[in-house]
Amino acid sequence: MSSPPLLRVRDLAVHFPVGRRGLLGRPARHLKAVDGVSFDLERGESLGLVGESGCGKSTTARAIVGLQRASAGSVQLDGVELTGLDRRAWLPHRRRVQMIFQDPYASLDPRQTVGSILAEPLSIHGLAKPRRRKLEAMALLEAVGLNPRHVARYPHEFSGGQRQRIGIARALALEPELLICDEPVSALDVSIQAQIINLLDELRRRFGLAYLFIAHDLAVVRHLCERVAVMYLGRVVEDAERERLFASPRHPYTRALLSAVPVADPARERERRRTLLRGDVPSPLDPPGGCPFHPRCPEREAVEGDACAVSVPSLGRVGGGDDAACAHQSACHLDPTLE
Amino acid sequence: MERSGWDLGRDDVEHLLHEAAAMRGESLWQDALRRLRRNRAAWSSLLFLALVAAVSLFAPALPLPSPVTLDLQLEPQPPVAPWSVWGSHGFEPDYWDLTAVDGLLVKARLAVFGDWQTGHWLGTDGKGRDILSRIVWGSRTSILVALAATLCSLLIGVTYGALSGLLGGRVDNLMMRVVDVLYSIPFIFLVIFLITLVNEYRTELEDRFGIDREVVFFIVIGAVYWLTMARVVRGQVLSLRNTEFVDAARVIGASTARILFVHLVPNVLSIVIVYLTLTIPAVMLFEAFLTFLGLGIEPPKVSWGLLAVDGSEMVNPVRIYWWLVVFPAAAMASTLLALNVLGDGLRDALDPKLRGKD
Repeated sequence: MSSPPLLRVRDLAVHFPVGRRGLLGRPARHLKAVDGVSFDLERGESLGLVGESGCGKSTTARAIVGLQRASAGSVQLDGVELTGLDRRAWLPHRRRVQMIFQDPYASLDPRQTVGSILAEPLSIHGLAKPRRRKLEAMALLEAVGLNPRHVARYPHEFSGGQRQRIGIARALALEPELLICDEPVSALDVSIQAQIINLLDELRRRFGLAYLFIAHDLAVVRHLCERVAVMYLGRVVEDAERERLFASPRHPYTRALLSAVPVADPARERERRRTLLRGDVPSPLDPPGGCPFHPRCPEREAVEGDACAVSVPSLGRVGGGDDAACAHQSACHLDPTLE
Repeated sequence: MERSGWDLGRDDVEHLLHEAAAMRGESLWQDALRRLRRNRAAWSSLLFLALVAAVSLFAPALPLPSPVTLDLQLEPQPPVAPWSVWGSHGFEPDYWDLTAVDGLLVKARLAVFGDWQTGHWLGTDGKGRDILSRIVWGSRTSILVALAATLCSLLIGVTYGALSGLLGGRVDNLMMRVVDVLYSIPFIFLVIFLITLVNEYRTELEDRFGIDREVVFFIVIGAVYWLTMARVVRGQVLSLRNTEFVDAARVIGASTARILFVHLVPNVLSIVIVYLTLTIPAVMLFEAFLTFLGLGIEPPKVSWGLLAVDGSEMVNPVRIYWWLVVFPAAAMASTLLALNVLGDGLRDALDPKLRGKD
């Protein structure tokens, strides 16, 4: 490999102290929201990060952009370490990594006009003169499909979908290379979701953006992302090219997840065989030993001995090309790693 | 600074800007103002308070008799209706030391009205001083006290509370414990103690540092009244700081100061304003109370509390000089009522849940 990938995440962990006693007491336990996540993201690539609620997708995103301090591991942007940087040191990298938030009703300051929301990143980074900023804001509105004449309006005068477009415009203001989308459509109506997805797709082609797209909707990810990583209980359990992952999932959890997606064709829907998982997701406060998925795994019997309950399977290559972007990785004792 | 990719590709930029200005949205403040105007009681309270503020600000320029000139009579004169005695000549400006601005206002008055002054429409007190004039001049003290408390609440209270809420964790814990400790000091004793101390060394303090009793009085009131504000703001900021728009501000690289003053403070300001309009009457009442106890304002200066003292001293079983008590009390009561009604109206007008409704 010649140049480092745009984003390289290695063994990222975010642990929250729980049950601190008193002012200076030590925390009783740690909640391991993210526990050793690794992936690479190339320039212009879009990676979908999927998993059920509480598996640590959003925390991973927040740790990457520095909203959440990482307990361990590294996040590198173009070879530059981002973890542990203070605000000032982060500042130049802000222009390269931006984020879109989940709730368009909470992510815009209600007291600011759309114009000043969009001009704020420009003024923080000293881009464009004050007079020019308004025009830039209008250009941004136009880029996300809104009327540039609405630049002096307030967020409460827009609908949910329009607000999300404003959030996207704010993220684009700094002309980033990497956009982290934290479930950008899950708070929207289904009809609006498609519009936003199409907008994101269009913007990506237009500006050559790389996406880290967090979602729990597999259909959305399938439409937008070339590569998909599946998370379970704070870890990546499978990471593969889109077509490979949807056609031949290797990890039992991915299989169960894919089997839960309904099919639009009634005839095929009737034939669809669902893998039902037993029980609930274990608490990240008290994760099971060994493979985090083993208490619910439907294919555990296939593994000889009690390896599942004893050792944590590491993410290893199980197929695909040699290149990191097309490798198929899975973390399961069932999969003999190709070396 | 040229930026690629974002070209408007239009020549009619000016025209577009013009159209954008025409489509300007309604801010939450404008919406609140509109709804406040619909609330008749609150709106008339606001107008009344504006009138009170204007009258007290321009008191030296009004053709009122001097609030301090003594006219030793045997007993207080009852009110005289304006239509029977409209006014008289013979006004002499013999106030206490006035500020430069007030001096100018007095000059303006002399230029406009000459030595003409109004009659004793609300009667006089036992020393022949005009009650109306004393009420108007007394309102200045009340407003000054209110301003001092407001300023302290805003500057210290809002900043302290917002910072505490924003920083969170141990810093927040520590800062709030400090507030708790200050809270636990029985401040009425503190006031009495401080003012007695100042009385002891008053000449020395005044000569050396220019600190008189009134300044101490304001400092003490200010020191007490920012505490609750800090708590209120801290609670609000605590709930706001985890919202996505604050996260978004961090992601675009905003500094803590920027997040505090650009994003958080404007969003807690509506609660701050409501809280202030409900604090001001409490402060005014506190001033009157302390003055009543003889710890606040001293003659020759005038305050509503002092008028109440004067009035109550004149009440005796033989003869009740009702105008000495009723008029100052009415002035105070109506101001406090207006403030409370306004505060209530503001709370409704600024409530985001009621936005856009009538």
